[in-house]
Amino acid sequence: MSKANLLDRRQVVATLLANRKDVIAIGGLGASTNDMCAAGDHARNFYLWGGMGGAAMIGLGLALAQPKLPVLVITGDGEMLMGMGSLATIGLQKPANLSIVVLDNEAYGETGGQTSHTSAAADLVGVARACGIKDSRAVTTMAEVEAFAKAVHDVSAGPRFVNVKIDNANLERILPTRDGTYILNRIRGDLGFQPI
Amino acid sequence: MHARADAADTAPNWPDDIFATLQRFDVRQVPYVPDAGHSKLVQRVLGSTTMRGIPLTTEEEGVALLAGAWAGGQRGVLLMQSSGVGNCINMLSLIPILRFPFLTLVTMRGEWGEFNPWQVPMGSTTQRVVELSGVQVLRASNAAEVPAVMEAAAAQAYNALTPTAVLLSQRLIGAKVFTK
Repeated sequence: MSKANLLDRRQVVATLLANRKDVIAIGGLGASTNDMCAAGDHARNFYLWGGMGGAAMIGLGLALAQPKLPVLVITGDGEMLMGMGSLATIGLQKPANLSIVVLDNEAYGETGGQTSHTSAAADLVGVARACGIKDSRAVTTMAEVEAFAKAVHDVSAGPRFVNVKIDNANLERILPTRDGTYILNRIRGDLGFQPI
Repeated sequence: MHARADAADTAPNWPDDIFATLQRFDVRQVPYVPDAGHSKLVQRVLGSTTMRGIPLTTEEEGVALLAGAWAGGQRGVLLMQSSGVGNCINMLSLIPILRFPFLTLVTMRGEWGEFNPWQVPMGSTTQRVVELSGVQVLRASNAAEVPAVMEAAAAQAYNALTPTAVLLSQRLIGAKVFTK
């Protein structure tokens, strides 16, 4: 069922990463990782092909290790629902440099479009706020996405959380590398860490 | 406390030995799910200026957190109880895929005089589950061997990228008893 005024996921992600500078970006298992790749491959992109539910926690570990760098998690509603407890963990740690974006199409797009809990009952913004992430909001316009993309660079005012309602268009998959060791070591290399 | 009279030690100092090893290996992030066996170590971590104790809502969060920590250049260790191992299984797949150093310290339940039958199914399969998930197991059964086991575990985890779990046996910790 189509709804009015839903945003285009690729446009949202491209806007979030357009002027990324030193941002480290983590994609969730599923289409969000493809969206990140579609916006342009980057040495600081952390693509997930497995470990569903882990994106926000990878973001927390990175944010705590690199407190001066902006860390941006871009994931889907299904992936976020699976790791919902991590919002409580993040709310407790309050990493000022961590931002989380949920691309919410209210469906499990990877597996045939089954409706997710956000389609009827679950309010992820409410969950994030109730878990102690004060700057939690629902986003419905590209102007708000642009404002958020700027806010990500302020590493003293997070953590922040936005839930973006996107349309359920089935887009061509733009697949990044599946080599996890390469993905992780490329980030480490870009941050200046030598191989062991 | 719920330590039995035959527990090895009523005021154990082996958690201090663990803390010293973690300090020497420059461990910075210490995710944990609260557990009686780890309580002294958690206190030491929370009082540390170099380590950050990170309470989790479920153990699998800690596996993903340590992957992110290593991407950002920091070492970590996951503290949990044997029942928590079961919560981690799918997330453990990140370890061989991303090839990051993984060390976990698991306090055992479901063995050595356990009174609670609900702890036995997970406790009795913990070692096999861990090994099937590609993580090597070292075990400490008494306080005297903790320093050497920790040294070996940290060395192979951090220097050789060999995922390692140290099982801290229920005999070491002292079996919990709630019975009348």
